[in-house]
Amino acid sequence: MVIDENITTVVRPLWPTEETSEGSQELFPRKLTDPAELGREVGSVLRLPEGPTLDPTQIDIERSDDETMIINMGPQHPSTHGVLRLMLELDGEVVLRTKPIIGYLHTGMEKQAEALSFIQGSTNVTRMDYLAPLHNELVFSLATEALLGVEMPRRATYIRMLMTELNRISSHLMWMATNGMDVGSTSMMIYGFREREMILSFFEKTTGLRMNHNYIRPGGVAADLPDGWEDDVEVICNTVEARSYEYDDLLTGQAIFRDRMVGIGNLTAEEALALSVTGPLLRSTGVPWDLRRTMPYLAFDEVDFDVIVGTYGDNFDRYSIRLNEIRESVKIVRQLLANMPSGDYRVQDRKVTPPPRGRIDSSMEALIHHFKVFTEGFAVPEGEVYVAIESPRGELGCYLASDGGPKPYRMHIRGPSFVNLQALPLLMRGGLLADAVTVISSVDPVMGEVDR
Amino acid sequence: MGLEDLPHNFLTGQLEDLVKWARKSSMWPATFGLACCAIEMMSSGAADFDLARFGMEVFRNSPRQADLMIVAGRVSQKMAPVLRQVYDQMMEPKWVIAMGVCASTGGMFNNYAVVQGVDQIVPVDVYAPGCPPTPETLMHAILTLHEKVRTGEITRRRGVEPAVVFDAAPWVPEVPSAVRVSRPS
Amino acid sequence: MTTENPTIEAFEGFATVASPGVAAVAFIPREHYKSVVAALKADAFEMASDVCGVDYLIAGARTLPEGVKPERFEVVTSLLSMSRRIRVRIRVQLPDADPTVDSLFDLYPGTEAMERETFDLVGIRFAGHPDLSRILLPEEWEGHPLRKDYGIGGVPVQFKSTPGPR
Ligand code: SF4
Repeated sequence: MVIDENITTVVRPLWPTEETSEGSQELFPRKLTDPAELGREVGSVLRLPEGPTLDPTQIDIERSDDETMIINMGPQHPSTHGVLRLMLELDGEVVLRTKPIIGYLHTGMEKQAEALSFIQGSTNVTRMDYLAPLHNELVFSLATEALLGVEMPRRATYIRMLMTELNRISSHLMWMATNGMDVGSTSMMIYGFREREMILSFFEKTTGLRMNHNYIRPGGVAADLPDGWEDDVEVICNTVEARSYEYDDLLTGQAIFRDRMVGIGNLTAEEALALSVTGPLLRSTGVPWDLRRTMPYLAFDEVDFDVIVGTYGDNFDRYSIRLNEIRESVKIVRQLLANMPSGDYRVQDRKVTPPPRGRIDSSMEALIHHFKVFTEGFAVPEGEVYVAIESPRGELGCYLASDGGPKPYRMHIRGPSFVNLQALPLLMRGGLLADAVTVISSVDPVMGEVDR
Repeated sequence: MGLEDLPHNFLTGQLEDLVKWARKSSMWPATFGLACCAIEMMSSGAADFDLARFGMEVFRNSPRQADLMIVAGRVSQKMAPVLRQVYDQMMEPKWVIAMGVCASTGGMFNNYAVVQGVDQIVPVDVYAPGCPPTPETLMHAILTLHEKVRTGEITRRRGVEPAVVFDAAPWVPEVPSAVRVSRPS
Repeated sequence: MTTENPTIEAFEGFATVASPGVAAVAFIPREHYKSVVAALKADAFEMASDVCGVDYLIAGARTLPEGVKPERFEVVTSLLSMSRRIRVRIRVQLPDADPTVDSLFDLYPGTEAMERETFDLVGIRFAGHPDLSRILLPEEWEGHPLRKDYGIGGVPVQFKSTPGPR
């Protein structure tokens, strides 16, 4: 890349200057940006080294700063889905560069996990992705159980599947609602919340809380399903399925909605793979990758469902994928309803399972055991493991290292939204500022999981 | 002309009461959704819980147009300056509800990243406990605040008052006398 | 997840162990890290699903295979092959004095954010990373919180009464 000698490029401090931080989190005017970095950002933090967009001759480094404008969006902005902050370089209405700046919800959960025992751990992780809390608990529990080497009873596995699928429905409904709000369809927002409330009240009945349940724990689930759960689930399935066709009527064919969704925010399969993007974002590009199908966990190989893929990788594909995944999840839930096995809802392993409530009142032994499990926790054999599941947003992974103690030595969560956000600059590039909102919405980031 | 000449649909009262009633009845919250609690805040505005019953469904996106900040979620060290800035941009009179244990005290995240209670940054009027507080809890907090506004003083300075006042006890804040409007006796 | 254990050619000559859910866990010296990953990429590992760092300063027990010298830091990279439907994991030992390893950015651009996060929280440097700045913490933050010599930073819980009359 040849730069005119006369243009003074003030290179901002690059690696390595100080101990604490190099470079900068923010977006800078072209004059202040190191050419290589600018190249990457115009190729648009796309950061695909071989991508066609990175052809240096295409990059207009000499575009003067008077023609463009850098604006800041967020972190307190109604349509950034939480506390995402974006810095955008605009030429009129067209977005040239984007840089997502995150960390405004950094909660130190990975550090906190090291101070909590394995049995307390799911209380912590459930607060990451607060739209799909049960998935977080599930991945943490699966990782712990992989280290412990315990085998789940079939009923526990099925209850977990049931709850996580219902959670997927509620998460996607929430997405439909907020997406509706972002494109200006307030009725969709009201409807989405209405249906979600139904699922939440079932969750409340089962787990005691509307969100952040701490229901799926290492060793099984916290409690059995309540009496009469079949009826509740049946009603949920029927209602959500019927209403999903109403959403179809409301949105799918509607001209304004289509205008805002079709052909906006395009992504190709190669770009998606290179950027490690997963979930509906990856499937919208036509890659049929759903961990429930391709690398089954729990008992997803025993149920029948379709993996929904898109063709063009645009916003509309992502909308259809989520709408249809709601229907597929209903299908799975119906099968689970018909085939729910009887048996234990947690492993009968003295080491990990606290004694049942009834025995505590009668036996001193049981009381001491119960006390020990909850205060000290249980020791988990030394080792490390990575477990991944398909959350509503993509591959949710948990890397767990234990040194043989009752607390995780290191817990790391691979948040799908965290990785998916990297695609944002690419999706926005060349689009209109007005579409930026729908693009953010279609990526569906949950900041709790991005920042952890 | 005496009062007897006026029509009958007429009320007399203290101007102060009227102002307080008006403030209480049209409180506009600013959206300050941060984490899980924000979702519950949105649910309270949606169909099932319907915050519109209290004249509060209009969540303003601009702090300039809002007089109530509901801090819904955990405030990280990186977010703290932003929070303060948004608060400073709000017009007086303004109130703050700390929603959830994270906003109130830091909650279960007693670590390097989370501010241990927003009351370290902005004065808080009502704390709503819970993780997350259910929409009912949030509504209770809002009604408590309404009560506080209705029975409190109209010109009390921010930051020198106790956090929760239910009954207007004869408690005189230490503020310069110049800014106090003397009550009609 | 796969029944038979497929052989990973790129790992030949390096110490490997088994672990649930992955085809193999390999211990690669950092000089070979990038070339091994490049070989894996050529071997149909399309996606880098995770990069994270671990600080083994105070670990109680830690078993490493023969011939692997334990160091304080470890970078753990998970790769996924979609066509073969297997995962592999690479653990690279990094000394305390110079925790630097090659960046995978050229091979998998998607590791950009993950490496930045690892730098931010654990303080491992990635040579060749385009923009190694803090990502989650404020820019002027000092220290790397996920290191074991960095305290959790909690404050003692105090219970105080409400000021003033109620
Ligand atoms: S109080 Fe609970 S629900 Fe609210 S932000 Fe904190 S962790 Fe989330």
